[in-house]
Amino acid sequence: MDVLIQQLFNGLTLGSVYSLVALGLTLVYGILHIPNFAHGALYMVGGYITLTMMTQAGLNYWIAIVVSCVVVGGLAVLMERLVFHPLRHAPAIHDKIAAIGIMLFLEALVQFVWGADYQTMTSPYGQVVNFAGVTLTMQRLLIIVATVVVMALLYFFLKKTFTGATIIAMSQNREGANLVGINTNRVAMLTFLISGALAAIAVSLAAPINLVFPGMGHLVLTKAFVIIILGGMGSIPGAIMGGYILGFTESLGATYISNDYKDLIAFVLLVLILTIKPNGLFPAKGGH
Amino acid sequence: MFLETKNLTKRFGGNTAVNNVDFAIEQGKINAIIGPNGAGKSTFFNLISGFHPPTSGQVIFKGKDITKLPSNKIAELGVARTFQTTNLFDQATVLDNVIVGHRLRTKSNLFDAILRTKRLKQEEKQCKDKAIEVLEFVGLTDVAYKLAGSLSQEEKKRVAFALGLATDPEIIFLDEPAAGVNPDETEGLALLMQKMVKSGVTVCLIEHKMSMIMKLADKIMVLNYGEKIAEGTPEQIKNNDAVIKAYLGGSASA
Amino acid sequence: MASIFKQRNVIAILILFAIVFPFITNNNYLIHIMTLAFIWMIAVYGLNLLAGYTGYLSLAHAGFFAIGAYSLSLLTTKAELNYWLAFVLALIITSILGLLVGLISLRTKEHFFAIYTMCVGYIIYLIIDKWDSLTGGIRGLIGIPGPGNIGPITFTTPVSNYYLVLSFLLLSILVMYRIVHSLTGRTFIAIRNSEDLAQTIGINTMTNKLLVFVISTFFAGLAGALYASFIRFIGPDIGYITITFDILTYLIVGGIGTLSGPVIGTILIVWVSQQLQFLQDYRMMIFGPILTLLVIFYPRGISGGFIEWKMKRQAKKHQKQNKNQNQQMISTQESSAASNKNG
Repeated sequence: MDVLIQQLFNGLTLGSVYSLVALGLTLVYGILHIPNFAHGALYMVGGYITLTMMTQAGLNYWIAIVVSCVVVGGLAVLMERLVFHPLRHAPAIHDKIAAIGIMLFLEALVQFVWGADYQTMTSPYGQVVNFAGVTLTMQRLLIIVATVVVMALLYFFLKKTFTGATIIAMSQNREGANLVGINTNRVAMLTFLISGALAAIAVSLAAPINLVFPGMGHLVLTKAFVIIILGGMGSIPGAIMGGYILGFTESLGATYISNDYKDLIAFVLLVLILTIKPNGLFPAKGGH
Repeated sequence: MFLETKNLTKRFGGNTAVNNVDFAIEQGKINAIIGPNGAGKSTFFNLISGFHPPTSGQVIFKGKDITKLPSNKIAELGVARTFQTTNLFDQATVLDNVIVGHRLRTKSNLFDAILRTKRLKQEEKQCKDKAIEVLEFVGLTDVAYKLAGSLSQEEKKRVAFALGLATDPEIIFLDEPAAGVNPDETEGLALLMQKMVKSGVTVCLIEHKMSMIMKLADKIMVLNYGEKIAEGTPEQIKNNDAVIKAYLGGSASA
Repeated sequence: MASIFKQRNVIAILILFAIVFPFITNNNYLIHIMTLAFIWMIAVYGLNLLAGYTGYLSLAHAGFFAIGAYSLSLLTTKAELNYWLAFVLALIITSILGLLVGLISLRTKEHFFAIYTMCVGYIIYLIIDKWDSLTGGIRGLIGIPGPGNIGPITFTTPVSNYYLVLSFLLLSILVMYRIVHSLTGRTFIAIRNSEDLAQTIGINTMTNKLLVFVISTFFAGLAGALYASFIRFIGPDIGYITITFDILTYLIVGGIGTLSGPVIGTILIVWVSQQLQFLQDYRMMIFGPILTLLVIFYPRGISGGFIEWKMKRQAKKHQKQNKNQNQQMISTQESSAASNKNG
């Protein structure tokens, strides 16, 4: 029973990180209908920025996260302006290739600057606490709580502010949004900014319990894709639910099925879903 | 009966795009479907050509139920269609774009391709001859070797016709063939449709340009909110109360 | 007609150069690099037919490359089969797995297809990585035999290996050329152009897409099998997504959807990488942005850009001719237009 509760906590931690990454991916998809294959690279860059800010600049963990959000958010906006915006009318295959190009560049760049070695990020919240009969580090608790706070802020922003409402409006109907005078360029940039910041937050929270290395974005990205297909491409609640579902599935799978093959769970899940429903679980409304 | 629909219905979620439509297309004539925007005309085409499965009802072509056939099989039976906008391969010549239109009448496969068999060579010639023939028919011989990307809107429409004709159809469905072309060119396209009928291909089209339809069509069906509200000769349609009401009261853009 | 001869001449010179290359250099290291480049080219051609000519970007390509490599290695080292029997079986295994994956993945489109195949790629990689008892896990497989003798011909020297791989490459290019310039190839291009339109002109799109997918995995498997017996040891990383990205980079730089693209892109990048040895792992700092810039400004790569320029010129010429000559001209022009079609 203790094992189960422990694994549920682990699943919650894992799911929190997945949800944050998937949220950024799904927001961008909702606005521009592009699957951003470079999103994992943004996540990875965020990890290195936070790490460097802490170790080299000696910044406090939280300030380092803020810097990382700004840098990665800015990088994401740059990506939108320089790459995705010019390609908005190109065949669907092009934006994927362009995004892969960016990803390869960022990985090589990071490897060039910081080396290929695995690095550890020490957070100031390494203490172990006992909570409801399970042992966990403060960092894990922090991941869970911080994620909820970020999600609540995002919800507030999207639902209660005018700027947020324009994002929602545009994701529901791009042409319509254009007609009612929404500056679609500005909304696209803003969405990328948020998406990058979310990736930076996710990695900064997760890095202390994982490792930092150039290829760290690959698995996370692929799993985030699985999540948004699970939850519906462009759906915000879907990304959150999907993230937690995958987190729980993986941590339980690692315990009760096989630790070696736990990473396979997400992919097998996706293959199953798309096998049964080729347009995803919640296809966009069709019809002419 | 040549081609007819029986109680054809299509629902998308809660919307009924096509509701219980009975329509008989007359062989060797120009049949037209008109109606305000969103009346379900394109959906009706999509149902006949096998793009969407109907929710209920039947499509019967020369006595054969084709309701559940995939669109490529329907094309094989001799039913061609065009789209409002045709995606041509801009970096290839017009001829290259049209040659593949006759592919469905050929049998050569991967092994013929790799071994360059006699059958392949013969069928390639057959496809090319067909493409040249239909390009001449639609009056595009001059631009056969131009890149498709460099064509005018009207020429692209003609290429779309040619591609449809290259499949050796008995009937061709044209989705707004004259949209986006000027009045003079519209006249030319109308002549081309008459030429098709004369050569033995039945025509059925969707069109917004009323004046053109009234001159051209032998038989007209009017759709409104997915339902057939009238059917008959241009003369009958002009004087039909339901049609006048639909066009005056609705979102008439025609 | 002159342009045909010119094109033929260029091809003949290139082939001749490839044949005499080992004698010119006499440098085993360069021969090694070229052989490896030829192997990659075969894999690039496989991806080209699928992504370039049919419009389906598969990110599982390295996975099938690895399946070909591992099948050959396991069949020769563990099952101890005759080399060429194992070679043929490896290709059959890869193609059958390709068929199964294609059957399901091709029901999805565009980004769903890319994501789906990316996941399939990961599954293949993870299985190879974790299935220790069969694949040797992260340690990989060693002691893979080189190509077996064919009658009196042996493949023990670098030069003989070079010629073996070159023969497979030339054969692959010939097959690709014939596919692309046939009705089957036109069918694939029609699908890339618009699947809806292809379907309405009577093309069974699913069957054709499946055919391309299997051909594509076949060539990935062929390259993988050659790789395994050329390098003689393999690890799970040959199935990792970065290899797919490498192959994709060769293809985009050379020219996606062109016949000369795979050769040009691979040679160029392999050669530049050699010159930039000091960059090694960081070469993507250069090729990554090139990939992105090409897609934005020159989506059809080096070869595609050239062909486009040539075709526009050709079209203008035909236009002028057509103005004063009648339809009989067409039959003589066909051949030259066809030969211009895709380089």
